[in-house]
Amino acid sequence: MENLSAGVVMPGCGPLPILRNVSFRVLPGETLGLVGESGSGKSTLALTMMGYLSEGLVKLGGDVHFGGHSMFEAGTGTLQALRGGEICLIPQNAGQSLTPTMTIGQQIDEALMLHTDLSPRERKRQVVELLEQVRMPEPAVIARRHPHALSGGQQQRCAVAMALAGRPRVLLLDEPTTGLDVTTQVHILELLRELAKSRQVAMVFVSHDLGAVARVSDRIAVLYSGELVEIGPSTRILKSPEHPYTRGLLASIPRMDGARVPEVLPGYPPPLAGPRERCAFAPRCSAAKDPCTAGRPALDVRGERYRVRCHFRRDELDDPGSLVRPSTRPRNGVPASSLLEVRNVAITYSRKSLLSRFTGKEDRARVLTVDDVSFTVHRGETIGVVGESGSGKSTILRAIVGLQPPCRGDIRMEGSRPLDDRVDTRPLACKKEIQLVFQNPDSSLNPRKTVAEIISAPLELYFGMERGPARERAAQLLQSVRLTEHYLDRTPGQLSGGEKQRVGIARAFAAEPKLALCDEVTSALDVSVQAAVLDLLSNLQREMGVAYLFVSHDLATVRSVADRVLVLYQGRICETGPVESVFAPPFHPYTGALMRAILEPDPDRRPRVEIKDTVESAPPRQGCPFQRRCPHKPGKICDREAPPAQELANGHRIYCHLSPAILHS
Amino acid sequence: MLKILVRRLVSALFTLAFVAVVVFAVAEALPGDACTAYLGRLAQGERLDNCRASLDLDQPAAKRFVHWARDLAQGDLGNSLKRKKPIEEIVGPRFRNTVILGTVAALIGIPLAIVLGVFAGVYRDKIPDFVISGVSLLAMTIPEFVIATLLIFVFAISFQWFPAVTILPTDAGIREILPNIVLPVITLAFVMTAHILRITRASVIDAMHSEYVKMATLKGVPFRRVVFRHMLPSALLPTINIVALTIAWLLSGVVVIEKVFNYPGLGTLIIQSIFDRDLPLVQAIALMFALIYIAVNLIADLLVILLNPKLRSQVSGEGG
Amino acid sequence: MRVATQTGPVNAGAASAGPGRFRRVKPVMRTILSRPSGMAGAVLVTFHLLLVIIAPVIAPYDVTQQDADRILEAPSMAHWMGTDSLGRDVLSRTMLGGQVSILITLAASLIAAVWGGAVGVSLGLVGGRIDEVCMRLVDAFLAIPGLLFLLLIVSFAGGGVFALIPTLSFFNGISVVRIGRGAAQSVAARDFITAARVRGHHSRFIIFREMLPNLQDILLVEWAMRWSWMMLAFSSLSFLGFGASPPTPDWGLMISDSREFLTVAPWAGFWPALFLSTLIIGINLFADALGKALYVDRENRAPG
Repeated sequence: MENLSAGVVMPGCGPLPILRNVSFRVLPGETLGLVGESGSGKSTLALTMMGYLSEGLVKLGGDVHFGGHSMFEAGTGTLQALRGGEICLIPQNAGQSLTPTMTIGQQIDEALMLHTDLSPRERKRQVVELLEQVRMPEPAVIARRHPHALSGGQQQRCAVAMALAGRPRVLLLDEPTTGLDVTTQVHILELLRELAKSRQVAMVFVSHDLGAVARVSDRIAVLYSGELVEIGPSTRILKSPEHPYTRGLLASIPRMDGARVPEVLPGYPPPLAGPRERCAFAPRCSAAKDPCTAGRPALDVRGERYRVRCHFRRDELDDPGSLVRPSTRPRNGVPASSLLEVRNVAITYSRKSLLSRFTGKEDRARVLTVDDVSFTVHRGETIGVVGESGSGKSTILRAIVGLQPPCRGDIRMEGSRPLDDRVDTRPLACKKEIQLVFQNPDSSLNPRKTVAEIISAPLELYFGMERGPARERAAQLLQSVRLTEHYLDRTPGQLSGGEKQRVGIARAFAAEPKLALCDEVTSALDVSVQAAVLDLLSNLQREMGVAYLFVSHDLATVRSVADRVLVLYQGRICETGPVESVFAPPFHPYTGALMRAILEPDPDRRPRVEIKDTVESAPPRQGCPFQRRCPHKPGKICDREAPPAQELANGHRIYCHLSPAILHS
Repeated sequence: MLKILVRRLVSALFTLAFVAVVVFAVAEALPGDACTAYLGRLAQGERLDNCRASLDLDQPAAKRFVHWARDLAQGDLGNSLKRKKPIEEIVGPRFRNTVILGTVAALIGIPLAIVLGVFAGVYRDKIPDFVISGVSLLAMTIPEFVIATLLIFVFAISFQWFPAVTILPTDAGIREILPNIVLPVITLAFVMTAHILRITRASVIDAMHSEYVKMATLKGVPFRRVVFRHMLPSALLPTINIVALTIAWLLSGVVVIEKVFNYPGLGTLIIQSIFDRDLPLVQAIALMFALIYIAVNLIADLLVILLNPKLRSQVSGEGG
Repeated sequence: MRVATQTGPVNAGAASAGPGRFRRVKPVMRTILSRPSGMAGAVLVTFHLLLVIIAPVIAPYDVTQQDADRILEAPSMAHWMGTDSLGRDVLSRTMLGGQVSILITLAASLIAAVWGGAVGVSLGLVGGRIDEVCMRLVDAFLAIPGLLFLLLIVSFAGGGVFALIPTLSFFNGISVVRIGRGAAQSVAARDFITAARVRGHHSRFIIFREMLPNLQDILLVEWAMRWSWMMLAFSSLSFLGFGASPPTPDWGLMISDSREFLTVAPWAGFWPALFLSTLIIGINLFADALGKALYVDRENRAPG
């Protein structure tokens, strides 16, 4: 399979190009990573490569060639043979992409039936074999299951197996690991790498996550606003990118090697519509000069298989946000008094069911979602809380604000006021001090209100402001989150994700809280926007002296903003302490596994797969919460006894039966 | 599996019992009682006393309800005031006739609706879809009696193909009934088709936009197979319940249609009994209608559980 | 009244939106009128509502005036739509034939939307045991054949057609309860409600300022659909002889009366049937367009 070259321009209604003159080749056995932020057209590009245009899209020009076929000229029969046979897609969300009414086996079998000549009996064997190849436990059983009965990681594996069934020469991967837990993500990526190598399959890996792309790609293409801005060997792009956008993008990713807020890439991508007579990135580019606004740069060949769309060479540009990073972010002084104290808190969601009340049986389901969690937040500091999905991170926040009161333990504000009651019974002054910033900006703002109304609500509530002054104050607050007062009369529907999140932050700060609870505030945002929000949060902290409880699944993000960290697994603390100590050996086995699974856009760092990506629905009844997945489990003691807290330097604590010396390795 | 079955059955029985209570309560709440209503101006003296005695109206309401409910449970619906016969005997054949009419219409309407709905949904916003959707909107909005009258005018009066009204004895055999109910069946099927078609179409459009249909297409699955193997099972499942609700809702349409064509079913009977002010009979028929409604919904529920792999595994997971 | 038909519903819905409450009326109306079907619906509904007002003034004949010499006369210059079996002018009767049904169903549908919406939204908010029990009751009430109940009430309770309003609005309101509850639950689950709760707003603020603006669209569309269904139900009742009573001109009744003379005088039934159908089609088209303009998805739902 020789040439897959795509030169495609496409539109929405009317000529509204989503992709502009994109062209590249993929060679056999090669992996091309396609990186871009949301709205850059990367998913559209992936589908276009299969000759598929979503509803409402029209090809404006260009073509996709595949081994002598043109994907847009090919007849239905050829296309059907190519799709799934030669080019296979592994979709972003396997859970939604597998047909819910067919078993996994039936769906893989269908691919085999369409693209191979195997007999039904051979196909049946092949199905099991394929599932084995993607390392599914009990493949024969899984084959009889329906998609909904599998976990996210398993569904993704099934999608891989289905794609492999047609023995393709090209695999298209459309964000195949987005939405999966870190450890699962690494498992899938390693699997894909191996398969690509052993089967000599070419891959096109589409993702917003440079870390994941870096892990699998030989070459990387960077897409910005429907245009290819840079394409070349991955080491070169990751280590010394030429295009200012690529540089900005790389700099905006939080890294594990230094605790600092990542570089901010200002602004937002331009609208897709309209003629483009200048460099699309010029408005955001700190190095922009006259030629940038005068004409649209061409994709310039800068070496073997290396092209950049910029008017200037690297050495001609001022170094905007060079890749030399300061090692640590400025710390606040020694933490003052404690602000919030959480002592041995346990939280449970399960109610006694009606049936168990009748039968008098002990309710089996009564498991503590969070147990024995203690920590202190000092004034003006940031506590990071990390863990995979289901680790109880958000539950703790819910307990603090009083949505889900703890069933045991103590939550106290400023060492005196107990907060173990529901939110409705707390005094207003007490609610004012703790504000929440939500994960999903789409859901956290009322779509029927204007920005002014949204920000005024806490002002009117806590300070009894009239509408006029509240509006003025809202404008000030907007400024402090770097939005202009023009936003006051817009509704959330007219804002981008990053803008919404800023409004959410402004609303929280309107209350002038002492503690802001940030629940995965950046995970719904693009990397460059995420960096801006993180930067904003740390500036606000400096100005207002507010403390953060910063919950995230992303270790690097937490690393970049937090002073101290809590690592949670199944609602239990595994490790806690200052960031520098927690994210350095000795590790709790779980922290260690997470650390090694991190994907960074650095070709020299390889993640290691240490723990199985099984999803545990509930913690074990007794013993160490991590006992079932622990790679160094020393013995039966882990099943029986809760691990002791081992005190190390600087308040660094590890809850494990193993000695720090062993954990150090 | 058994557990959920039992649960649905219990819930259906609960609903039926509730309807019985309401039916009884409403009859009590109406001004006067069954006898004063029935006898009208003649409601006095011995006549009224006899009537009241026959219905035990001298007893307290609670006691009568217990009796009534107990008799109901044993299949004894009481006696009609007007016809002086056990209600079961009057209602039985009529019930059968209505079920025949409804079943024939459903046998035609449901498959037709699904075929047309899928067709319109798959070829959304193309000419056939416009035609199908347009006609179905008309069928849904124009009252049944207008449609029926129109059909009579065209097919019975202008062309004289079918009889305008059905002249049938109540206990006619199916062979006798079928050729006589062409127009009522067409009317009912037409309205039913329109309702179900719109639901199917919407559901198909949803499913056609789903990720799994896109994935199947990108797997190289031929279009026909995508539609039948991947899209349809998921698209039709959620419609089953709604279809059941629609069918049940059309019961009131049945009353109108039966009346227009003078078909000897429950619909004409209830109108007749209301004119006769025969309260016990009205109560009984109201219960029959509720029974049909509950039965149709119960069947739909069970069908969904049987066909939906998600529910099926939940159910078996509960059982084991 | 023209203004009322076109902007009334949207105004009513936006009433609790706080400042700038009418800011959505114009764009929504524009979206509705930009679709051919929405335009047709708006025109039909406006026409009929207008007729309700001006028909008494412009109707050429007295609707009850019988003329034994002009029985079942074909359309002529004197009687544009002919006469019926009692020699009454079909045009005048048709023009006025919607009055009773439109007024009754408008009132009943508004009542249904209000009480159903209020109860539904409260149930969605309260949740728990009360909600469970009430929804059981709602499900059970849905099993009661509504039309039969209407028949029962009208024939046994007396009180004329206006006695239908409570019954109509009660049974239709039960369906609205379900809609309102579902909508309230989905809105209540969104983060901005959590935000308001955590902030410590009064529940009155949360319900009226945060939730209702997000629910009014759904209820508004539901109200329009209820109105169309009630028109269907009411005309059926009239047709069966339980609705408007003679000699009141009423479409359902007129169609029923004309059936006997279908062969000789089809006009006596044709015109009322046309008017009745166009009104219901108009309401439906308008409701559909309204739903699309407000992004309310209600296609995939059962009637009843």
